[in-house]
Amino acid sequence: MTVTSGAAPPSVVAPVRRKGRSHIRGNEGIGGWLFVSPALIGLVLFVVLPIVLALYISFTKWSGTTSPFSSGAKWIGLRNYKNLLSGGSLTQQNFARSIENNFYFVLFVVPAQTILALVLAVLVNGKFLKGRSFFRTAFYFPSVTSSVAITLVFIFLFQGSGAVNRLLSFIGIHGPNWFADSNGLFHNLLGVFGVHAPPGWAKHVIFTRSIWDWTAGPSMAMCAIIILVIWTTSGTFMLMFLAALQNISEEVEEASEIDGANAFQRFWRVTVPMLRPTLLLVLTLGLISTWQVFDQIFLTGNNQGTTTPSYLSYTTSFENSAFGSGAAIAFLLFALITVLSTAQRFILRDKDAET
Amino acid sequence: MSARTAGSPRRRTIFYVLLILFALVYLLPFAIQIATSFKTDPDATAHSLSLIPHPFTTASWKRIFGFTKDSSVDFPLWLLNSVIVSTCITLMRVFLDSLAGYALARLRFPGRSAVFALVLATMSVPGVVLLIPRFLVIKELGLYNTYAGMILPIAMDAMGIFLMRQFFLQIPPAVEEAARIDGAGIWRTYWYVSLPIAKAGVLTLTILSFQSSWNEFAAFLVAGDSPRLYTLTKGLALFQGSLGTGNQFPLSLGAAMLTTVPVAIVFFVFQRHFVGSQLSAGVKG
Repeated sequence: MTVTSGAAPPSVVAPVRRKGRSHIRGNEGIGGWLFVSPALIGLVLFVVLPIVLALYISFTKWSGTTSPFSSGAKWIGLRNYKNLLSGGSLTQQNFARSIENNFYFVLFVVPAQTILALVLAVLVNGKFLKGRSFFRTAFYFPSVTSSVAITLVFIFLFQGSGAVNRLLSFIGIHGPNWFADSNGLFHNLLGVFGVHAPPGWAKHVIFTRSIWDWTAGPSMAMCAIIILVIWTTSGTFMLMFLAALQNISEEVEEASEIDGANAFQRFWRVTVPMLRPTLLLVLTLGLISTWQVFDQIFLTGNNQGTTTPSYLSYTTSFENSAFGSGAAIAFLLFALITVLSTAQRFILRDKDAET
Repeated sequence: MSARTAGSPRRRTIFYVLLILFALVYLLPFAIQIATSFKTDPDATAHSLSLIPHPFTTASWKRIFGFTKDSSVDFPLWLLNSVIVSTCITLMRVFLDSLAGYALARLRFPGRSAVFALVLATMSVPGVVLLIPRFLVIKELGLYNTYAGMILPIAMDAMGIFLMRQFFLQIPPAVEEAARIDGAGIWRTYWYVSLPIAKAGVLTLTILSFQSSWNEFAAFLVAGDSPRLYTLTKGLALFQGSLGTGNQFPLSLGAAMLTTVPVAIVFFVFQRHFVGSQLSAGVKG
C-alpha cells in the first residue's frame, strides 16, 4: 500500500487518485463501524449483557416471575454461592453430586474419545485401503446428527429389554436397567465380589458426601450417556487426527522403516510425537465440551445419577424458580471451565516454547 | 498398524475385520432405528434387536406426517418451525459474520483491535453458561415466545466472525486495491470483489450455521414455552419427556430419523466442504 502511493509516478491522474484515496480512507472509519456494528450489537446484547445481568441475579433471590430490577429480586450478596459451597444443605448436596457426576463423565469420555478417534484415524488412513471413504463416512456420520435425535435412539437401545442388553445376554451377562439405575459402576463391580457396604474409613464425609459415595464411579445411567457421547464425538476428532496424519511426511516414516523399526514402534516413536499438537487440541476441545454436557442429560430424564452442573443450573432456575441459585451454579461452572482451559493452554504454550 | 505396509495376508485380514467391526458399531444403531420405525409398539419392545419388523406397519409414519388426528405430536408444525428458524439463523449469520469479519480483516477504523478482542473474548464463553442469562435478556426485550427470541440470540457468532476474518485475510490486498482505484466504494468492493473470492469461506460458514441451528436445542428451550413454536429438536425432546417410561418408540425413532435427514443430505452433497468446515471450526479453539 505504501509502496504504491510512494512510487506513484507524477502524472495527470495523480491528484485525482490521491483525492480518491483520502476519500476512501475517510470512509473506512465509518464503513468499518457500519460493517461491524450489527454483529457487535448482537454479541453485546446476547452474550455480554446477559452475563452481566446473570452475575447480578446470582447475588439475588429471584423467582423469575417479576422484572429482575423490581423489588421482586432481593439482594442477598454471596448467599447463593455460600449455600452451594458450604452449610451442608440440600442445595450443596445436589451441587456436590452434579460435580461428581460430571467429573466421572469427563474422566471416561475425554481419554476414550481421544484414543478411539486416533485408532479410527490410523485405520482409515491407509492409502491402499479398499472402501476408504465408506469407512470414513460411517465413522463420521454420527457427529453431524442432532444430539436430541441420537439420544432418542440410545434411550431405545439401552432400555431394560433393549438391543444392548440382548447383545450382552448372548455372552451371558445380565445387563442393568441402564437409564433407571443410579448406582455407581465401581459399586456395582464391587457388588459382584460381594462388597456391598463401605469399610469404616470410607464413611468419612467430605463436601456433604462420604468417600464411599464419591468413589462410586459413574452411575449406570451415566455410563450409557458416556458410551453415547464417545460414539458421537469420536468421528469429529478422527477427522482432526486424519488431517494431521496426512501432513506427516512419508519420508519420515520411510526413514524409520529403514532403521528396522516395526510398525508399532514406528507409530509409537515417530507418529505419536508428531501428532502432539493435534492431541492437545483434541484434549482441550474435549475437556471444554464435556463439562458442558446438557442435551443428553435433559433427554434421559431427571435422575440423581446423571444430573450435571449445567442441568442442575437449568432445573434450579426453571423448575424450582430459584434463578439466583441457578445463575450462581452457571458462574461456578464458567469459572471451572475457564480455569481448566487456561491451564490447558498454559501447558500447550509451555511445551511449544521448549521445542 | 497401518494399511500402507501391505503386510502379511493374515495381518490384512485382522485389519479389515477390525474395520468392519467398528463400522458395524457405528451403523447398527441407525439400521435398528429405521427398522423400529416400521414396527408396532409391542414388537419394538419385544424384539428390540431385530432388523425385520414383524408385523410391518407404517402407522408411526402416518402419525408423523399428520395423516391421523393426534395433537400430541404435531410433526409438520415442528418441521415448519425448524425450517423457518434455521433458515433465518443461517442467512443472518452468514451475512452479519462476513460483514464483521471483512471489517476486521480489511477496513481500518478506530477501535478495531478492541472490537476484535471482544469477539475473541465472547468466543471463550461456554454456551451452556448462557442459558439463564439469555432467558433474562429475551424476557426483558419482550421476545419470549416469539420467532425473534429464538433467532436473534444466535443470529451471529464470534466463531463465524473469526472464520470469515481468516478467509478475507487470505485475499491479496492488491485485488481489492485495484477495485478501489477504479472507484468502487467499500460496499461494492466487499460485495462484488471480496465476497465472491471468499466463497469457500461463505460455503463453510453456511454449512456450519445450518448444521448447528438445525440441531440446536438448549437455546430454543429457554426462548419460550409455547407449543406453537416447537422446533423438531424441542418437540421431540419434550415429547420424550412427557412419555416417562412409556413406549412409543417406533414414533419417536421415526421422527428422530426425519430430524436427521436434512443435515444428512447437506452432509452427503457437500461432503468435502463439510469435512473442511468441521476442521476449521475445531481449530479455532
